[in-house]
Amino acid sequence: MSSIVNIVLQGVLLGALYALFAMGQSLVFGVMRLTNTAHGDFIVLLVFVLFALTNWLHVPLWAAVPLLVVIAFGAGYAVQFAVLNRVSGRDPLPSLVVTFGLSIVIQNLLQEVFSADPRSLATGGFESMSFPLPGGIALGLLPLLTLAVTIVATLALQWIFARTPLGRAFRATSDDREIVQLMGVSPRRTFALAMSIAFVLIAIAATLYGMRTAVSPSDGPALLLYAFEAVIIGGMGSFWGTFAGGLALGIAQQIGFYLDPGWGIWLGHVLFLAVLTVRPQGFFPKTA
Amino acid sequence: MSAILETRALSAFYGDFQALFGIDVTVNRGEVIALIGSNGAGKSTFLKTLSGLLRTRPEQVLYKGEAIGGMPAAGIVEKGIALVPEGRRLFASLTVEENLLLGGYCARPGRWNLQTVYELFPVLRERRRHPATALSGGQQQMVALGRALMSNPDLVMCDELSLGLAPVIVREIYAALPSIVDGGMSAIVVEQDVQLARKVSSRFYCFQEGRVSLSGASADVSDEAITQAYFGVTS
Repeated sequence: MSSIVNIVLQGVLLGALYALFAMGQSLVFGVMRLTNTAHGDFIVLLVFVLFALTNWLHVPLWAAVPLLVVIAFGAGYAVQFAVLNRVSGRDPLPSLVVTFGLSIVIQNLLQEVFSADPRSLATGGFESMSFPLPGGIALGLLPLLTLAVTIVATLALQWIFARTPLGRAFRATSDDREIVQLMGVSPRRTFALAMSIAFVLIAIAATLYGMRTAVSPSDGPALLLYAFEAVIIGGMGSFWGTFAGGLALGIAQQIGFYLDPGWGIWLGHVLFLAVLTVRPQGFFPKTA
Repeated sequence: MSAILETRALSAFYGDFQALFGIDVTVNRGEVIALIGSNGAGKSTFLKTLSGLLRTRPEQVLYKGEAIGGMPAAGIVEKGIALVPEGRRLFASLTVEENLLLGGYCARPGRWNLQTVYELFPVLRERRRHPATALSGGQQQMVALGRALMSNPDLVMCDELSLGLAPVIVREIYAALPSIVDGGMSAIVVEQDVQLARKVSSRFYCFQEGRVSLSGASADVSDEAITQAYFGVTS
């Protein structure tokens, strides 16, 4: 009994990280119907930027994280405005090709600068601290923090979309990017802002991920896959759906790990394929 | 009366296809003008060009003396020109109230806000929490018109308010027009129904194959002259 509870709890904690990976992807897809195949590589890139800030420039972690968020906001705006806006049309193919190209460029650039060695962020032992529960279950403090951050991020995104003028502009631009201009909304700026927010989410995910495990330059595509699976399982365009999708993926992987240490990732993919077959629109489909 | 908007030899293109050839139209302050003409004559293209959705050369559109042709659409609405697009084009994932609020995105000062739009069309207040596209056609048209007013324009352009609506609904919507323009707003209405267009406007322009074939005061033009300009036939 306690092992089942443990599997579910650990699955939720793991899934919260996947949900956080997926949140930026969900936002970008919801606003501009863009599938960013470089999403995972951007996460890895920001882990390495944070690594460079703390280990090369010796910025303390508490100062480096806000700095990373600011850098990410600017970088997201620039990438969308200068590059992706040119390919964010009705046809999904050009943006797929361009982000796929970015993915390759980022991976090779990181290998060139940082070598292929895995790196992690030093947290002074925080990553191995845990909180004991009865029945021999231990919950890691870092995964608990990740879960809390993911919940806050989901609430924040939901609030922005449902209650603010910016959120209305996001949804309206997604509906009809021609007519929205008649309201004084510039789709190019709206898209760039959406990517900025997505990059802030990526920066936060990168920070928590880099603290948790060692990251190497070629890890991006695997992270993209988890993010993508969480978005699809949850249903396109719904942030709580993405949250639920991430948790479902995490729990499936934990069950797999319990059955056989080699089955974890595989069982996650099996769940994804099962959802794609039985309910291709996902659990909670809705356009935000 | 001074002109609020003037086009000078305005031309417009869809790629290589030329849709408008040298259009000269003047709209005075506080005036309602009507654009009539058959399908494909260029009326909607003309409004799209004025609103910035189609590009043109700067000096071909003068608004309050300023050359605004070719400005981005988002900049033109900030200057005070609003378009009610053909077919309403409401935002499907927004409620009625959110559609109206988005219309006020650029926050120009003026008499129009949620309160005054709801006074103009009380039925929208009752349905403000509904998705905009769940409303009847007439109510959707009220939302589209209200959404344009929310930017507090000095010139509002309405592209076929009557499209797909029952005549009784069309009359109800046009009945709101005098109270909209009595604050000094100017309006351009595109309308298929020539009698209706003449009734609500002081002057008219008839478009035919991308050119103005006839223009004048709405009250004293003969039906025969309009028929000729409309279809391009000589009887």
